[in-house]
Amino acid sequence: MSQAYVPSLEVEEKITIQRERRLPLKGDTNVEVGSTVSQDTIVASTYLPGKPVPLSAAIKLGVSPSELEECMLKKEGDTVKADEVIGLAYSFFGLFKTPLVSPIDGSIDSISHVSGQIILREAPVPVEVSAYISGKVVEVDDGDSVVIETEASSIQGIFGIGEEKVGVLKVVSKDKAQVLKASDIDESCANKILIAGSLMTHEAIKKANDLGVIGIISGGINDKDLKEILGYDLGVAITGNEKGTTLIVTEGFGEIEMSPKTYELLCRHEGHLASINGATQIRAGVIRPEILIPLTKDFQTTAEADGGKNLRIGAEARVIRNPHFGEIGEVIDLPSDPFVIPTGAKVRVATLRLKDGTEYKVPRANIELV
Amino acid sequence: MTIDKSNINRIIATDCGSTTTKAIMIEKVDGHFRQTYRGEAPTTVEAPVEDVTHGVRNSLRELEELSGIKMLDADGNIIKGNDKDSGVDLYVSTSSAGGGLQMIVSGVVKEMSGESAERAALGAGAIVMQTLAVNDGLLAHEKIERIRYLRPDMMLLAGGVDGGTIKHVLQITEIVGASNPKPRLGLNYSLPVIYAGNVEAQEEVKNILGDKVELDICENLRPSLEEENLDPPRQKIQTQFLEHVMSHAPGYPNLMKLTDVDIMPTPAAVGMIIRTVAKQEDMKVVGVDIGGATTDVFSVFKNYETEEDIFNRSVSANLGMSYSISNVFSEAGLANVMRWVPFDMDEVELRNTVKNKMIRPTSIPYRLEDLIFEQAIAREALRLSFDQHKSLAVGLKGVQKQRSIGDIFTQSESGSTLVNMMECGLVIGSGGVLSHAPLRNQTALMLIDSFFPEGFTRLAVDSIFMMPHLGVISEVYPEAANEVFQKDCLVFLGTCIAPVGNAKNEDDHVMKVSITFKDGKTDNFDMKSGELIKVDLDSEDTATVTVKPSRHFNMGEGKGKSVTKEVKGGNAGLIFDTRGRPFTMSTDPIARISKLKTWYKNLEVYPDFEGE
Repeated sequence: MSQAYVPSLEVEEKITIQRERRLPLKGDTNVEVGSTVSQDTIVASTYLPGKPVPLSAAIKLGVSPSELEECMLKKEGDTVKADEVIGLAYSFFGLFKTPLVSPIDGSIDSISHVSGQIILREAPVPVEVSAYISGKVVEVDDGDSVVIETEASSIQGIFGIGEEKVGVLKVVSKDKAQVLKASDIDESCANKILIAGSLMTHEAIKKANDLGVIGIISGGINDKDLKEILGYDLGVAITGNEKGTTLIVTEGFGEIEMSPKTYELLCRHEGHLASINGATQIRAGVIRPEILIPLTKDFQTTAEADGGKNLRIGAEARVIRNPHFGEIGEVIDLPSDPFVIPTGAKVRVATLRLKDGTEYKVPRANIELV
Repeated sequence: MTIDKSNINRIIATDCGSTTTKAIMIEKVDGHFRQTYRGEAPTTVEAPVEDVTHGVRNSLRELEELSGIKMLDADGNIIKGNDKDSGVDLYVSTSSAGGGLQMIVSGVVKEMSGESAERAALGAGAIVMQTLAVNDGLLAHEKIERIRYLRPDMMLLAGGVDGGTIKHVLQITEIVGASNPKPRLGLNYSLPVIYAGNVEAQEEVKNILGDKVELDICENLRPSLEEENLDPPRQKIQTQFLEHVMSHAPGYPNLMKLTDVDIMPTPAAVGMIIRTVAKQEDMKVVGVDIGGATTDVFSVFKNYETEEDIFNRSVSANLGMSYSISNVFSEAGLANVMRWVPFDMDEVELRNTVKNKMIRPTSIPYRLEDLIFEQAIAREALRLSFDQHKSLAVGLKGVQKQRSIGDIFTQSESGSTLVNMMECGLVIGSGGVLSHAPLRNQTALMLIDSFFPEGFTRLAVDSIFMMPHLGVISEVYPEAANEVFQKDCLVFLGTCIAPVGNAKNEDDHVMKVSITFKDGKTDNFDMKSGELIKVDLDSEDTATVTVKPSRHFNMGEGKGKSVTKEVKGGNAGLIFDTRGRPFTMSTDPIARISKLKTWYKNLEVYPDFEGE
């Protein structure tokens, strides 16, 4: 187990990051390799095919599917207008006419002589992709994607909701343990990304949303509050399309102090522009929310050399399960023999010395490196 | 590839689950194959690693540390051939990581070709994200939106009997074509679509989809209403899975280079083993594999209409113990989970506990209370998955039947469930929460509380979670797989003895029990309603049990009729359950907690739990 991989979330003071900005379908890339972009630069654009609208044409015209093509006044590929007659069927020796009317503005995608169905397609929908982070364009896949690179501080959250946003960071808690209440938020918070402490309350989130706050970052959130905000109980954690204030929690559910490293880094960036994305996917192929803060020239790094991500004696680790959930300690022993924990399970453990001096034998599965 | 079995003395097998990659070593010891070591490591399909082989190599390194046998060379490749201290002869792997194989299927009528398509996909090891049909209640544009939004790994189109109308199946095909479906893993390849509908529509299907998707055509899976032909589409699905889907998953091309035979979807491998057990033991079987993201249920039951044993598999894509734990909680509801917990919990705290497990799926319960709570959620995940299984494991719907006057009192609806727990002789559990429960009694009770076996039912658990590994080994070396399965894989937990029926009053007499042990000793006792007791009987031992139920209860021979059977023991012994079938729990919290404490105490499920 010397090579043990202990998962942990990324908190990097200075790192070169790349973000690929990809079009959903082929289109135009608007920048070249080497160009400098800001967060709101439109780097690529395209048109998505309009929504297909199937129409049971043969039934509406009262003809068999094989007769449909003869009745059509428009062909595949032709443009059509809403309420325009696109087909006509005659009956009773031409005495009666049955028209087929297009329900939409668009074009005819296909006419089927077997099913008697035609597929109409609405007008294409324009899509623009912004740079999301400021930096340099380092790669362009013509008509498809653009890669932007920048030096940034990068923090992965553990869970979030809400879309990609860009805004200025503002600290609203006096320390990493403070609970964010509605009274801590005022008009000055509008269009800002707020840095809170251990918990964001339902009332605070609601007020932030009303005032136009772009995002809130805190150590934790109560699941009960999350349910209130979303309006439903989140079963499968796939988020990122929620409207309103983007929320990112860095530690977990409940009132949990934000990790000192994360809190201090965010505070040092107060007043800087940050790009955030609440999208989370707790499935295989996990996506975690992110906070990216492109660095200004005068930003000074303070980080000590990273000791690596392997579990070793002397490493700092955080407990990620009760008891002592959220507490940070130093690994003082890594016994190789399994140890019986209170559930009766025999598991491999690490001994942590917690901040208050308590020594705690914790399952290795229940810690992550800080 | 041909494998010379005579040279195989050491096998390693990995299963890449969505949370953990598990490796086992099998060695020939004194001429017999035995499972010797086991290692595991977190699966690494997610960023920043995004390469499944890292997790595989980490799990193999743990095997190396434990066994002292070197298996990986300096470049991380498997060392071939074996001597005392290094090398392996065969390396195989299964996988459900990356969310497994996710499919959309379609038919013309949802309950007929739609269900057949679903069964074909599930039997091949897929998760069915959506079943589309002419009568699925969705408008055409809604179907298109679903296809575009879900982005499956593959689609299976079915519908229409051979020689019947092709109009309806083409309507659905046109909708699929209009949606221009894209695969989940990358934009650089076309979505594999298998057509297994009315053979006369094949040419038209080619015209509609030929240049939009990777179209593969096979025989009709429902050639007539009375016939289901699931093997051809299942084989196509597995071929497409390897050729198109796996080759685009993170790191899988590298893993495919390491393995000696094709990687198999985990559920397909477990299904193979369950079928083999049912055949060998000649009994009706229910198996379950509860994972982090999904729960698979397998069953072999007799279809009395065709007199055949039918294998069925269902997968509950969002019922699992880590990634999906929050969904279990929300689908089952707070009250259903808490009915198994013998103490009160603050709602805010327990909701946060569930979500914290979801966001950090590899963490394990440390306190006994947390274990009890997690096992309560497991009961509900298993129960919900089994409910889904029962609704899928049904006879063919839409079959016209000729009935005689004699059928009036016995006729069942066409398409009713094949699952009959009174006929089930064996329930097998697998997956972390069952295989790694600290006490085997806990596993036994979790199985009873979710499957509610009836009559006499043997209970077993996959000892250390190796059914997937043995399933894939059985493809190349069935004798080795079978030997390990018998000796090391299945742990028999005991036999559950439960009459069907419910008492009118709490203390009503339910049954008289008489046990004769092999040494001639006997034990006779009466049981009242709502009891759960255990009688010790070792795994190697048998005993003869006679149950005389009261007139409201049935042990398989009819209400009030006495039944005698020879039963086998296990770690949990013989478990007598008179809590009623169907089971109901008291809604009075004090009575409920008191009952739970008694049951748990009688079965020694949580011996250290004191509770208030």
